[in-house]
Amino acid sequence: MKPGFLAKNPSVMWFLLILAIFTLGVTFLSHAYGPGVISTSMVKTLGKTLCLCLIAIAMDLVWGYTGILSLGHFAFFGLGGYMIGMWLMYERTRDIVLSSAGSFPMTPQEVNDAIGTQIFGVVGGSELPAIWTFAGNLPMQLLFVVLVPGLLALIFGWLAFRSRVTGVYLSILTQAMTLALSLYLFQNESGLRGNNGLSGLQNIPGVSAGQDQLSVWFLWASAVALGLGYIAAAFIVSGKFGSVIRGIRDDEARVRFLGYSVEGYKLFVFTLTAVIAAIAGALYYPQAGIINPGEMAPIASIYLAVWVAIGGRGRLYGAVMGAAFVSIVSSWFTGGRVPDIPLGFYTIQWVDWWQVLLGLAFVLVTLLAPKGLSGIVDLLEGIRSPDRHGDPLGPDQGSLQQKEAQE
Amino acid sequence: MSDHVIGAQPGNAQLEVSGISVTFDGFRAINNLSFAIGPAELRAVIGPNGAGKTTFMDIVTGKTRPDEGRVLWGETHQNLLKMNEAQIARAGIGRKFQKPTVFEDQSVTDNLMMALKANRSPFSVLVWKAGAKDRARVEEIAAQVGLADQLPRKAGELSHGQKQWLEIGMLLAQEPRLLLVDEPAAGMTLAEREQTTALLVDLAKTRAVVVVEHDMEFVRRLNCKVTVLHEGSVLAEGTLDHVTADQRVIEVYLGR
Ligand SMILES: Nc1ncnc2c1ncn2[C@@H]1O[C@H](COP(=O)(O)OP(=O)(O)OP(=O)(O)O)[C@@H](O)[C@H]1O
Ligand SMILES: [Mg+2]
Repeated sequence: MKPGFLAKNPSVMWFLLILAIFTLGVTFLSHAYGPGVISTSMVKTLGKTLCLCLIAIAMDLVWGYTGILSLGHFAFFGLGGYMIGMWLMYERTRDIVLSSAGSFPMTPQEVNDAIGTQIFGVVGGSELPAIWTFAGNLPMQLLFVVLVPGLLALIFGWLAFRSRVTGVYLSILTQAMTLALSLYLFQNESGLRGNNGLSGLQNIPGVSAGQDQLSVWFLWASAVALGLGYIAAAFIVSGKFGSVIRGIRDDEARVRFLGYSVEGYKLFVFTLTAVIAAIAGALYYPQAGIINPGEMAPIASIYLAVWVAIGGRGRLYGAVMGAAFVSIVSSWFTGGRVPDIPLGFYTIQWVDWWQVLLGLAFVLVTLLAPKGLSGIVDLLEGIRSPDRHGDPLGPDQGSLQQKEAQE
Repeated sequence: MSDHVIGAQPGNAQLEVSGISVTFDGFRAINNLSFAIGPAELRAVIGPNGAGKTTFMDIVTGKTRPDEGRVLWGETHQNLLKMNEAQIARAGIGRKFQKPTVFEDQSVTDNLMMALKANRSPFSVLVWKAGAKDRARVEEIAAQVGLADQLPRKAGELSHGQKQWLEIGMLLAQEPRLLLVDEPAAGMTLAEREQTTALLVDLAKTRAVVVVEHDMEFVRRLNCKVTVLHEGSVLAEGTLDHVTADQRVIEVYLGR
């Protein structure tokens, strides 16, 4: 008698249920489909949060389960955003160009030139760079969402894992990659409008629905992606593959002596999670409306590690809890809605002090509650963890470095 | 007792190591060592601490690269020095470590399933599902190493001796053609030691087994050819009675 996948993974059922209730709840409280208790901008924030939960799952797979503390997954997230952003911006500009031309006929070349001038005027250019060749082709750009970050991860991972770079050195390497990519994109010559980034992404070409409706549709798309991502991740970690990657995390040399190619597994997970991150990014940025290279700064990827650590790495729902909790609390603190605390000699302004609070929370969780927020679920279930005879299990080498980077 | 121990005939050895040397920061841990074992042979390797026994296993399994020498495997004389650890393991060399190393965070079943002989590529592992045959095999191995009632427990909760057994079980699950067993008896009770010797003797009927052990009683029960290592090279080789009568062996190992 074999229990089914869902029966063996009750957390998947629970997760999908909660996700469905949440999405339905938001929908029927939104402007477009309900009384409007939840504002459109709030719907967007919640939709974006779902995307952040999805990249947190990717981070948990690569770090919590496989032990690779990647500080570069936001680069893949951003690249995914850029790939879809190119299409959004190109098509919208084309619509504008065509409508302003009115009935005056234009050759395709003229249309293309006009789009180039419109998009690149801001950086003093008028030519559409070669990388925009397929910008008007949605299927191609959707393919690029997966292919470009996937290939980058594949090449980077192949080089790094093949030479057996591990631990802190690998983290530094991933961060260097992220930094290099974001610096490159900051340049106008990169062909993606330098520090201006891509904007107006909230408008979906060919769709006449307003933002209040669109925001709910994107919430749904994000929820579906998150649900599918969760199922896929749960499938990956529940079988023998999960055993092998957790084995790699705890003792990679031992896994090698069992005949598993550790480098191959790492490359597989690294690339797969890069693709998941890219999909999350492709859903995030149309809701954010704008993407610029600053989004891909190394600090973003460090935050990602902090979310997963606070939520509890090595558990999928932990990653989701961490990302949801931190990003919602963060938008609460930085939104200026939390009253300042006047101390007489100094006023604590949460917009500034929130970062410190987050850093502190990270340090405390790492030291005192390594299971993070998801430990609460354990408490509820009354699960006791086995006595590990004091042996360390997870890759902790990266923690110190993050603490340093926080300050 | 058994003076008719059959050594590996040159040419049909399962593993043939010749003239290997390794230097760690100027210290010669293995010095022009040669060693051969037949396809169905039991061999005990003894020697004082630091003799290079573990390092020898490191070289055969690809963990350490020798500075010189050859390591050839099987009928086709595959060059193991050109292969990495995982490829060597897949070629059929299994290893049990001196310090028991099992995956403490995973159940006994998961540990055994991971070791079970099967395709090791990420794609096939991803879609692999334990069939009735696999589960039966895991149960059979668990029974063989006395862990039948421990299957759902986390390996980290086992006693030291049970971890040794689990690691031996993982070795069996791999179905290797050469087993390298480093100090299996450490942390075992007398009864368990006897069980281990019986198991190793039995395994050696169908495959090559190299056992490193300090306990002379244990080695005696193995009743096989013995290789004495000292300062990274072979000091003596032959039956236990033969090597223990050797004056140099008495000096460096037994006399202390
Ligand atoms: N990676 C290494 N770097 C430096 N020295 C090493 C390394 N590995 C082994 N050695 C040294 O090589 C020598 C042989 O060590 P090895 O572990 O092979 O001995 P052994 O015969 O297994 O001893 P024991 O009976 O104590 O297990 C020792 O002096 C050890 O300190
Ligand atoms: Mg040793």
